Amino acid sequence: MCLGIPGQIIAIVDKSAQLVEVDVLGVRRVIDVLCVLEEEQSITDLLGCWVLIHVGFAMSLIDENEARRTLEALERMGTLENETTALSLTAVPQGVTQTGSQ
Amino acid sequence: MPHNYNREAFRDPSLVNKLFAIIEATAKRIAPTRTVPITIMEVCGGHTHTIFRYGLETRLPDLIEFAHGPGCPVCVLPRGRIEEAIAIARHPEVIFTTFGDAMRVPGEKGSLMLARAQGADVRMVYSPLDALRLAQENPNKKVVFFAIGFETTIPSTALTLLRAKALGVQNFFLLCCHITIIPTLKALLEQPDFRVDGFIAPGHVSIVIGTQPYTFIAEKFFRPVVIAGFEPVDVLSSLLMILQQIEQGKALVQNQYTRVVTERGNAKALAAIEQVYEPKLECEWRGFGKIAYSGLQLREQWHHYDAERHFRVTPSKVSDSTILQCGAVLTGRIKPQQCVAFGASCTPNTPLGALMVSSEGACAAYYQYQGIQKWSQ
Repeated sequence: MCLGIPGQIIAIVDKSAQLVEVDVLGVRRVIDVLCVLEEEQSITDLLGCWVLIHVGFAMSLIDENEARRTLEALERMGTLENETTALSLTAVPQGVTQTGSQ
Repeated sequence: MPHNYNREAFRDPSLVNKLFAIIEATAKRIAPTRTVPITIMEVCGGHTHTIFRYGLETRLPDLIEFAHGPGCPVCVLPRGRIEEAIAIARHPEVIFTTFGDAMRVPGEKGSLMLARAQGADVRMVYSPLDALRLAQENPNKKVVFFAIGFETTIPSTALTLLRAKALGVQNFFLLCCHITIIPTLKALLEQPDFRVDGFIAPGHVSIVIGTQPYTFIAEKFFRPVVIAGFEPVDVLSSLLMILQQIEQGKALVQNQYTRVVTERGNAKALAAIEQVYEPKLECEWRGFGKIAYSGLQLREQWHHYDAERHFRVTPSKVSDSTILQCGAVLTGRIKPQQCVAFGASCTPNTPLGALMVSSEGACAAYYQYQGIQKWSQ
């Protein structure tokens, strides 16, 4: 709940509602990116970016190295499985990904 | 044989060893000026987890001790609030949603997990957004989200409520049990026997609030504060930064976790919190009593989303067992194993006290990583 988990933004789900789809170690789910969007920035600029996700909300942009380090650290701490299991509760089923911006 | 740390678990053992060596040398220089050990409080349960998972405490010089702070929101949730949650969950028209962490926290007569086994519709969700979606999918039900946590989760519930309003969802409610970190640290510092010399401050809470709100700790209470990431190298680097401040007679707020933490925090998250919530005059903590302005409540214009008001919940007061010393552990006055209940009547499987409930609680971490045999010897 408190540590957060890195994920990569792979699709824009709803431009006006600031919803995107992320991939977290193969688990896909929809998250809210309002908090990491700069004023005047288009949500599509976030495609491919890595973010630190807290309970369904991107709270910080991170670079890919930091994302991989954090995933590695979570794994070593034995907390990665808990996070991905929780994410899987409401994952987007594979094959139904909405792609592109709306 | 307390040295049960896991060498292989360190990503960069040489850097870790180097940090331990510098910490030891710094402690040696400080030692002649001290009559009591240097006590450093790690505020966040995530840091507590790191410290125990990697056995960091066991490799530190005797002069340095950790006090394990109040930053596990599941641990400090009063038992009465769990009873209130269960009372709401038992309404037949309710789908009660919660983070998994809160499922097995014991109230007076049971947990949310037990309530589910007895027929209540209690569902574990990853995000409050999932709860909102359930509300949209089940218009004939009332969906309640158990809003717990510090500033790592507060923006998520505030933003979800803003979204619920924008979507016109009427059957979504929050049971707000959020707590905030700054009033809590202030309450600790104002206790006359609070003997902590410096703080390792939470990294992910600080992504939201920034470094600025900690300034009073350095300026008014003259204690060093270092905001830290949660990897072992982060925690050790931060500890060293605090020791260097102590050696130089300084008290500053420093940011070790510059990778993601800024001075002002996340403006959009803070704005959402401000729009939806206001501080309560006082808030009860398990093992702590009441702390002024440490809890949040929904602002008046959001009252129709307030589960407490909607379900007319009778506040439930449930005292902790009188033998427990959770408050003394939380404030660093005693170590977990010095509590008579530790490992006897209070264990991770049968938690009586707040700090044994979650894996991020100090007592559960002591129990899990250090081994009960050691304490019973």
